Amino acid sequence: MTDVIADNAVKRSRPGIRGGSALRGRYELLGIPALVLVLVLFVYPLVTMLGKSFDDFLVTEQGHGVFANYQWFFGQHVNVLVLQRTLVTALAVTAICLAVSYPFAYLMTLVGERTRLVMTGAVLLSFWTSLMVRNYAWLILLQDNGVVNRILGSLGLPRLHVIGTAAGAAIGMCQILLPFMILPLYANLRGIDRRLLQAAQSLGARPAVAWWLVYAPLSVPGVVAGSLLVFVMTLGFYITPAILGSPTNAMFSQLIVTQVQTLLAFGRGGAMAAVLLVATLLLLGCAALVTRRARSRGVVAT
Amino acid sequence: MSAARLSPGRLGLRLFGCLVGLWLIAPTLVVVPMSLTDEKSFRFPPTGWSTHWYSEFFSDPLWGEALVHSLVIATVVAVIATILGTAAAFAIVRGRFPGKAVANTLLISPMVVPVVIIAIGMYIVELEWHLVGTYLGFFLAHTVIALPFVLITVSASLRTFDRRLEHAAATLGSGPLSTFFRVTLPGIRSGVFAGALFAFIVSFDEVVISTFLVSTNLRTLPVQMFSSLTQEQNPTVAVASTLMFVVTTVLLVVIAIVMRGRDRAR
Repeated sequence: MTDVIADNAVKRSRPGIRGGSALRGRYELLGIPALVLVLVLFVYPLVTMLGKSFDDFLVTEQGHGVFANYQWFFGQHVNVLVLQRTLVTALAVTAICLAVSYPFAYLMTLVGERTRLVMTGAVLLSFWTSLMVRNYAWLILLQDNGVVNRILGSLGLPRLHVIGTAAGAAIGMCQILLPFMILPLYANLRGIDRRLLQAAQSLGARPAVAWWLVYAPLSVPGVVAGSLLVFVMTLGFYITPAILGSPTNAMFSQLIVTQVQTLLAFGRGGAMAAVLLVATLLLLGCAALVTRRARSRGVVAT
Repeated sequence: MSAARLSPGRLGLRLFGCLVGLWLIAPTLVVVPMSLTDEKSFRFPPTGWSTHWYSEFFSDPLWGEALVHSLVIATVVAVIATILGTAAAFAIVRGRFPGKAVANTLLISPMVVPVVIIAIGMYIVELEWHLVGTYLGFFLAHTVIALPFVLITVSASLRTFDRRLEHAAATLGSGPLSTFFRVTLPGIRSGVFAGALFAFIVSFDEVVISTFLVSTNLRTLPVQMFSSLTQEQNPTVAVASTLMFVVTTVLLVVIAIVMRGRDRAR
């Protein structure tokens, strides 16, 4: 009973306090314009696109049921080939990004304040530099008579023909997506208590063993989160494959754009985008789950 | 820590760190000498130097107009996204309503969904609404993808803002609006400012959605660069790249200074 009275007292006193601030506590109303914009120009377009995938058919698919666009997609050998190529490229890009990012993020946790600032600055500058500019730079470097090939030639090594291939697109994406791996990894590694390593060593573990048995397992959430993020982004990348790759070595997103922009096949494009969207959301859901579980277990300070 | 005390392992790690740092930054820089070449090719390094492509960039209406369009769109988008995003940050940080987590996820999601998917969806509805090739079409589309950056930056500022300052102002007789403009807004202004600059960069740099929304009369700079790159070896694109790189870098330095100033003030 006294609890209820106290509770009421608190409730009564709150509006008094809130009354002083700008909106008398009705802050939720401020979110309405942004939410309306996102609902009308993000959710509605996606829903419309999904709808088109079920009811906008080319002549060849008419009368084949609501899933005709999806049947077309999975029935075409070319599409499955592109899907495979995209998945393999995404796996390769993710693996390379991880191999490069882990030592870098680890180093960020060891160095002094000033060096860390420089390292973070390099990552953020790369992150925010225009996509077009970075892709163009890679085109200059990787072209058949470009710097990379000139250096290879002067070393007596065979020249590479990478522009227009999946490898060219992969090299560009490895550099462009690096910040998306480094940042989540660093956020994870930063939270690992290095005294655990000392504890393991004082109990007799050699440094390398202590690192592998104690530190490495604690970094798994960061590795998973970063890898899934990079993998997902590679799946949906359009500009880099379009500039450094070629239509004959197309990635998934190029196929979608061709269907919609060139052929105006909204149903087919919508179906493909839906496949990509579902894959993306599933993978990102996994990443969120892993991060949350790591947090709730309390092994990683946040 | 002196270099002499570093173990070989640590030294190797540091060397590797330097290489990755180079890998992150150096490739982009080739666009600067590229823009000063004297031939019409992407041969690098250039054999002779000239500023010919700079005068080409500023005298060719295709490039000049694209730059102006991009600046106008990015400025308007930065203003709208900052107002909507800041308001939304108040709702997310201070509001109490059911479904808040869902609303937050929804507002952030344009940042996570592959932009090519957003582009297809927007193209379909903007075609229906006759917005393709219009300024309004660009404003709306870019604001949606710039909004999450403002929301995240301003929310972070708002969470660390001491609300007792507002209560103090109210106690001293300040009305709700004047409290907001004289106490709250100055308190979170570095977050709002950084958010606005991020929104500007996001719009200024956007290319995937824009390739669907352009018309012959309304092109943005990244789209013009994209079509130039896919058509010919014309170093004017290197001039555009250099300009974009300089603009982004300057804005990032400004953001860094603003953020550091905030930390010092605390």
